[in-house]
Amino acid sequence: MQTNFTAEQLRDPETSAANQVLRTCVHCGLCTATCPTFLLLGDELDSPRGRIYLIKDMLEAQRPATEDVVRHIDRCLSCLACMTTCPSGVNYMHLVDHARTYIERTYRRPWHERALRAGLGTVLPRPWLFRLTLLGARLIRPMTGLLPRGGMLGERVRAMLELTPTRLPHSNSANTQQVYRAQGARRARIALLTGCAQQVLAPEINQATIRLLTRLGVEVVVAPGAGCCGALTHHMGQHDAAMTSARANIAAWSDQLKEEGLDAVVVNASGCGTMVKDYGFMFRTEPEPWRSNAEQISALACDVSELLSRLNYEPTRAPPGLTVAYHSACSLQHGQRITAEPKALLQRAGFTVVEPAEPHICCGSAGTYNILQPALASRLRKRKLDNLRATTPDLVAAGNIGCITQLSGGGLPVVHTVELLDWMAGGPVPEAMA
Amino acid sequence: MPRPAGEIILTNMINQPEPKAEILARRDTIVAAFRGMLPPEAVIAEPIRLRPYETDGLSAYRQPPLAVVLPETTEQVAAVMRYCHAEGIRVVPRGAGTSLSGGALPMADAVVVGLMKMNRILDIDYADRCATVQAGVTNIGITDAVQGRGFFYAPDPSSQLACMIGGNVNMNSGGAHCLKYGVTANNLLGLKIVTAEGDVLNIGGRHLDAAGYDWLGLLTGSEGQLAVITEVTVRILRSPEGARAMLAAFRSNEIAGACVDSIISSGIIPVALEFMDRPAIHACEDFAHAGYPLDAEAMLIIEVEGSSEEQDALLARIRAICEQHDPISMKVSQSAEESLAIWKGRKGAFGAIGRISPDYLCMDGVIPTSRLPEVLRRIGEMGDVYGLKVANIFHAGDGNLHPLIMFDANDPESFRKAEQFGADILKLCVEMGGCLTGEHGVGVEKRDLMPVQFKAEELEQQRRIKTAFDPDWLLNPNKVFPLAASSERSARTH
Ligand code: SF4
Ligand code: SF4
Repeated sequence: MQTNFTAEQLRDPETSAANQVLRTCVHCGLCTATCPTFLLLGDELDSPRGRIYLIKDMLEAQRPATEDVVRHIDRCLSCLACMTTCPSGVNYMHLVDHARTYIERTYRRPWHERALRAGLGTVLPRPWLFRLTLLGARLIRPMTGLLPRGGMLGERVRAMLELTPTRLPHSNSANTQQVYRAQGARRARIALLTGCAQQVLAPEINQATIRLLTRLGVEVVVAPGAGCCGALTHHMGQHDAAMTSARANIAAWSDQLKEEGLDAVVVNASGCGTMVKDYGFMFRTEPEPWRSNAEQISALACDVSELLSRLNYEPTRAPPGLTVAYHSACSLQHGQRITAEPKALLQRAGFTVVEPAEPHICCGSAGTYNILQPALASRLRKRKLDNLRATTPDLVAAGNIGCITQLSGGGLPVVHTVELLDWMAGGPVPEAMA
Repeated sequence: MPRPAGEIILTNMINQPEPKAEILARRDTIVAAFRGMLPPEAVIAEPIRLRPYETDGLSAYRQPPLAVVLPETTEQVAAVMRYCHAEGIRVVPRGAGTSLSGGALPMADAVVVGLMKMNRILDIDYADRCATVQAGVTNIGITDAVQGRGFFYAPDPSSQLACMIGGNVNMNSGGAHCLKYGVTANNLLGLKIVTAEGDVLNIGGRHLDAAGYDWLGLLTGSEGQLAVITEVTVRILRSPEGARAMLAAFRSNEIAGACVDSIISSGIIPVALEFMDRPAIHACEDFAHAGYPLDAEAMLIIEVEGSSEEQDALLARIRAICEQHDPISMKVSQSAEESLAIWKGRKGAFGAIGRISPDYLCMDGVIPTSRLPEVLRRIGEMGDVYGLKVANIFHAGDGNLHPLIMFDANDPESFRKAEQFGADILKLCVEMGGCLTGEHGVGVEKRDLMPVQFKAEELEQQRRIKTAFDPDWLLNPNKVFPLAASSERSARTH
């Protein structure tokens, strides 16, 4: 597609990268078909192609972002279904990430919006603060009914409260301790990203991962200094905060790499996995050694299902006679193009695996989307739950904490794939099923 | 320096009929009237938000419209049409905006009526094997809705994932499997339309032949110039027992072309017979990882269907024919996944060209299959003269060519040459006894070439038909006919 940037504009590396992406788009429109927001709203402006065009126009004109652009970019889930569909290989992710940062720099949101975004950006990446907030939220949760219906503000608070878990697990040592030795001969040494929100909401996922990996002969390191991957702030356009989180992780894992070596950086929340795999791009214009270190970490990053496929996972228990509906997290299927491995692993573990209709459509979780865009998110949640229920499964498995939180409470137990694999290899029954 | 909002900073504008100054002057009143008859999110009028609607699948041509409306019901479409008729406002209907001939290109004084919100399946009748859907349902959406019961909707344009049935009817779209199942016209049973005056009419029904004039035939392929289509009833067919695709690789375009001709003249009708040349093979393999032969100059995708014995018998005959054309390799798909990947590559072919060139013009001409080798050679020679690369991807079985001319839209000279090259290819098609358009329609892209195909009297007769439906020439008037002729018509009515 034609673009209209001046030579001076293109000297800016960000603009030049955006131009590259725009030039790859041939405006064929195929991507509109698999975009959840276009499906719901039927407006080109809420489709990938429309957003690409809005961004192109804004960047070319070097115009501060305006409400009528921001509205449509904000509605984007960053589910990246458009990238899977695009035959031309357009990197929509890099374009929309840039647009989000551009919006944060040039657009002043209404005060309550700013407060909410700043709050989410501060609380979620810090497990102790997030825990504290959830404890507080549980106290006021019974008062949800008193909130006014309608208005954006009321709906958002309601959405947040509805997402708070009824049960809050105790903080767990699995997330702080440092090295978990391999059982038997050591086959590999990996660093595990223990994440931020996940370890508060569902510490059992990390526990299951560690049990399973060590049993398979993997030494698991929780590197001191590593924490939130940066995706939550990144998707809100809070570029500096995201870079700070990423930098801490790169430093922590690079140290491990230098000292005792690492075979992989393993991520068990696929939203974070997509992010860590993109560190190389994020740091492409940073000075050395950051640039090379980031690239190296991105190359080492893998989803836990990728690692398990390589390790020849085998169950030890008899098949449980259960049917699992596998929910493909967008960050796994579109962000990392991992589709076959988790299903194959679940089958190997002895489950009957079924897939819902529209497997490519997002469940509406999308990081903080279910808080920032509650109306669209809840329509997508309902659509996903209906499709999942139609497969009449015993339970649902997913590889991302966001989806697990979003889909829980819909009448079906929702667990992480790794919990099921661990169970069948000798671990405890997943908590959500007990 | 920041530029002011809504300023037009791009230059590639195609010639358009003169916008009506009095309409432009009344823009605010008109927009307010639309807001009165439609839900709030259904009217778009801010300059910044109009930009993404300025073009369709042919992005070389752009023109932001006066406004965009997105009605959700036939009644809302009718209200918009009644108002536009009373006020003399031009209307450009739009589906998914995937037209490769600029069929949905707006005009400065026109309102775009987008049918994307009308995406509901209304009725499926398995006993009578037909489905009624709103115009904004995607082509694949119909098959998706019925395949659980073992049915499908046959016409399958490459953009079937995204393109909408209303647009398919307006362009009489074809697709890879049309060789066996025919184009949209052969699979259409009924329509609900809104006329230029805003009346709602039902045409045809649920059976193949309706009484009276063949209105369906007239409206199919009318490129949004006779009415706005809001509902469509199509035939659905029983899915075949099974299907298998085979890839055959050849040493040159001409040899592959000759092989196509041998297959067709042997009397075999494969369900699909598709051609891709070297640049296309490489771009598509990169996207679909389908195991395309990267060492070939040209490749055929040949699909047969039926029981597995029928498939085996047909494939054996086709193999024998291919053998006579010195193939580099032949490979039959061994699984459903492999067939899916083979088709994914072919269906994504146009977009995949984006991997090797920032822009392309996708031509759409038809020639008798016996002339394939000659035409392919001549296209190659023309490309050398213009200094532009061309990728050939097309439905070889019915002689429907899609040469993709690669150019760089950021270089005006390259764009001008590409346009000229495209026109030469289409003239060549006509010269060979073929025609200007296979399935993409005339749109704006080919309107000025119409006199190459039709005599003045023939064009005039077609214009009279348009005038009968749309006396004021308000419906998509800048397309299909040479600009001078359309402008003259529009002027005559005032
Ligand atoms: S599918 Fe890709 S090339 Fe086509 S419009 Fe979408 S982003 Fe652009
Ligand atoms: S990332 Fe998802 S929501 Fe955003 S444009 Fe792409 S498909 Fe649509």
